[in-house]
Amino acid sequence: MRLARGITAVAAITALALASACGSSSSGAGDANRNEDAKSVNLTIATNAIAGGKNDQEAAWINDYVIPGFVKQMKAKGITATVKFQPSGVDDEKYKAKQSLDLKTRSGADIMSLDGIWVGEFAQAGYILPLDKVVGAAADGWDGWAQIADSVKANTTFEDKLYGIPAGTDGRVLFYNKKLFQKAGLPADWQPTSWAEILDAGRALKKLPGVAPLQIDAGTAMGEATTMQGTLPLLVGTGAEIFQDGKWQGASQPVRDVLEFYKAIYGGGLGDKSYQQGAKGRDESFAGFAKGKVGVLLESDYFWRSVVNPDNGVAPMASRDADVGYALLPAKAPGSGVGGQDFVSMSGGAGYFLNPNTKYPQQAWELMTFMNSPEAIKAAIADQARITARDDVNKQVLGGDPMLSLISEKVLPITKFRPGLAVYPQVSVALQQATADIVSGKSVDEAAATYQKAVEKAVGGAGNVSSGS
Amino acid sequence: MAAQATSAAAPETDAAGLGKARATAFVTPALLLVGAFLVFPALWTLYLGITDYRLTGIAAADPQIVGLQNYTDALTDPQFRNALALTLLFVLGSAIVGQTVLGFSIAWSMRAVPKTVKTVVESLVLLAWILPSSIVAFLWIAYLNRDNGTLNSVLGTSGFDWLLGHPMLSIIVFNTWRGTAFSMLLFSAALNAVPPSQLETARLAGADTFAQFRDVVFPHIRGHVLTNTLLISLWTFNDFSPYLLTAGGPNHASETLPVYIYNSALYSGELGYGSAISLIMLLINLLIAVFYLRLLKDRRS
Amino acid sequence: MSAPTAASTRGGDGAVVGVVVRRVLFYAAISLVMAFFALPLLWLVFAPFDRTPSLTVRLPDFTLDNFRLLQDNPYALTSLRNSIFIAGTTMVLVVVFAALAAYALSRVHIPGRDGLLYALLLLSSIVTGTAAMVPIFLLMFQLNLIDSRTGVSLVLAGGLLPAAIFILKDFMDATPRSYEESARVFGASPLQVLRHVVLPIARPGLATIAVWALVNAWGDFLIAFILLRDPEKSPAGVVMYTFYTEGGQANLPLISAFSLLYAIPVVAMYLFVNKRYGFRFHGGIKS
Repeated sequence: MRLARGITAVAAITALALASACGSSSSGAGDANRNEDAKSVNLTIATNAIAGGKNDQEAAWINDYVIPGFVKQMKAKGITATVKFQPSGVDDEKYKAKQSLDLKTRSGADIMSLDGIWVGEFAQAGYILPLDKVVGAAADGWDGWAQIADSVKANTTFEDKLYGIPAGTDGRVLFYNKKLFQKAGLPADWQPTSWAEILDAGRALKKLPGVAPLQIDAGTAMGEATTMQGTLPLLVGTGAEIFQDGKWQGASQPVRDVLEFYKAIYGGGLGDKSYQQGAKGRDESFAGFAKGKVGVLLESDYFWRSVVNPDNGVAPMASRDADVGYALLPAKAPGSGVGGQDFVSMSGGAGYFLNPNTKYPQQAWELMTFMNSPEAIKAAIADQARITARDDVNKQVLGGDPMLSLISEKVLPITKFRPGLAVYPQVSVALQQATADIVSGKSVDEAAATYQKAVEKAVGGAGNVSSGS
Repeated sequence: MAAQATSAAAPETDAAGLGKARATAFVTPALLLVGAFLVFPALWTLYLGITDYRLTGIAAADPQIVGLQNYTDALTDPQFRNALALTLLFVLGSAIVGQTVLGFSIAWSMRAVPKTVKTVVESLVLLAWILPSSIVAFLWIAYLNRDNGTLNSVLGTSGFDWLLGHPMLSIIVFNTWRGTAFSMLLFSAALNAVPPSQLETARLAGADTFAQFRDVVFPHIRGHVLTNTLLISLWTFNDFSPYLLTAGGPNHASETLPVYIYNSALYSGELGYGSAISLIMLLINLLIAVFYLRLLKDRRS
Repeated sequence: MSAPTAASTRGGDGAVVGVVVRRVLFYAAISLVMAFFALPLLWLVFAPFDRTPSLTVRLPDFTLDNFRLLQDNPYALTSLRNSIFIAGTTMVLVVVFAALAAYALSRVHIPGRDGLLYALLLLSSIVTGTAAMVPIFLLMFQLNLIDSRTGVSLVLAGGLLPAAIFILKDFMDATPRSYEESARVFGASPLQVLRHVVLPIARPGLATIAVWALVNAWGDFLIAFILLRDPEKSPAGVVMYTFYTEGGQANLPLISAFSLLYAIPVVAMYLFVNKRYGFRFHGGIKS
């Protein structure tokens, strides 16, 4: 009997809590100048980095440069600042879930690093607010804005409002193995100008035994890598974007063109299917490239910096500088890219954002600009060449690395970013699924039909999908 | 056989003179903890199942009640039906056939081997059970590796990718390896309770191994078979570790329901949808439990 | 696999040969089982000591560098301490609460008992899944238990208790009441009976549940990850997931060495319990 009563009580409490605790995250930043004269300030920074683990260089930078530097800067003004670092160092999805939970309960760090792709969905959920709402006029007054290109600012912008400071970006190009190219009779300074020329090179490379000629990421196992290193850069090469004029791309001609290209590769024996299907396929494709078993691979500059880097890459190539070539990704045909471009790219990157519920908005903003000063950014990348969000820093640090200079000078001006909307991950999965279908042998028509259905379901009906050519 | 006789005669004898008040006091702490940290969030999750709640976006700020929409979406999604079928195959293959049969066979054979052999075998089986899944995932990826994996070296099948070629078989064998220990422990304890004299009598009467099992052993361990099958089916049904080996691939070929939920709840952020599937899973688990209870009911009568 | 039952009742040489053949087959089968369970473990034996560990198994190019790398990691060793705390607390909560509840439920008739147990058992599968992440987090936030290791233990214990009660009740049902009755006849109070009669009989079963709870809490990632903030409090299950690069590639030198360290405490605790209490279900009961 008592048990029964206990259960009734639990049920009653549950009902109460359900009524109160669901959907209680309204967006109300208080006074932008609250606590601006505080003599003692506590701030926390959260990023997806951890000492001794993922992104440990970033963690070291925050612990050893940002925190002591900012504390000193505040001390000079007679303010005692205590800055804490809250590290994570896990998969992006898990980090995102954790930050969402913190923001939902209006707790969490004062400054957090978020992927630019999440800005829209966080903003729509009321988790983050435009910078001028959080810190007022101070947001416009920062001198660093002049150094950040508009195309890069797009990464932290949602509905024409700036939500955070971009923290660096990347660009996508084709990497190729010059030794294999020589064996296949292809030029060492290869620069294709159309998809057809990529396929031609693939057919030449196919004659070499044990070599996967082209590696264009496909399938669901690679997750977002398939979308960012595959479908989306190809899609912009047809002149279309995945989210255009308020509608998502359905099984339209551009999407079909992309799938046809995949079909030509994986239906024509120009790629290794097992890389696309295994749970660790992307790692294996990197290892394959490093061992000279992959001819051409579409990747971001991350591949150059952290995969085949002879010093600290996960699949190091001692002869990287001599043997690895790189070429801009051509549009389907010259001039057919988005905006009439001949060459295309997609970019991503994180940014720093303020928690709207911070106790110290002005001081948090000061810390955030401190983290994005040229000196701080140079300290962050240490002596490595790396593409930052700031032009002034890029000019100083990229000089020694022709690959990264190419990205900064040639790729960033033509690159595009993904739409940061909450349903995007599902559309992305639908794209991955379509390529998986192609790899597993289905026809373009079948894959496109499945894709159309999945997109309609994800974005709330056919009305939000454009299917024409 | 005092145990069996007493329990059969008086299954609820308050032998220690506990009394209702003390019995309630004994149950209360567990009930409070379970009520607060299990029943409460579980019911809340079930409630989310009738909303379009998401981790982020507009639906996070202002979730709407959508009734049974999530359920109809799930039941009409071929991907969901695929996941359900694979989960049932996974449970049948790895829990019922794999763990139960192998666990019982080991428990049965270990009664007649030298102590050292017994210790070695049981320790190996247990080791597979107690290691954390994050470690076990690496062990199996290395074991099944296409180029230099141990399995390919032993079988002489170098170059064969098990996780791509036979994804379901791989995760079924994997889970058998992982979970056999529980069945082995439970059955070896149960077999201790089978009176050797009865086995001897059956043997002298010329019964073969199977007949001995059917007529002498099984009636004694029926209850344990029920407990074991029920628990390992439930655990296997909800087991997430195949994700660590195959991530559900290739192309959904090993995407069981927990993996499907993980992808919708965490990757796509559709928590309402993921919650709805949790309830569907609960109902299927209930069906399975009822089925087992019917099948092996005798014991509790 | 069939057990080598005693010599066949039929006589003659053929029977002797038969017995020998059966024994050979029997031990061949045992060896196969041993190989099946042992072979996947090889990676854990070799990779941590390899100069360049990979996702394959080979004799290592021996080095202890991977462990030195780990020593420099600020969280690796503290995380093992945190794991011991979290898993230990969970284990104590589960064993004590489940034992009390299972005994009472076994001996005293409470209406709706079986139904309740099954319902809780089924609900426990929801809470261990990904979908319950938000309710658990919001609940713990309201209770002010975010960033608390005890909070992690409470949630884990809540998820494990139904199955623990279920198994232990099954076990208590099968233990003879005759000892308890005799003790009562000799004038022992109910609590004395529990302490001096029931507990000793139940000990192997409790030990089993203890190790089971420990193993489950030891391997947890998700609950600890969403509830904890301070990295100094992270258990090993969370820290293991940080040994990746920015692009998601596994850092195998760290992971292999840490795997070994992560495995040792739980194996040691199993060996301890096994030696001390005998790791057996129902092991105390011999007919």
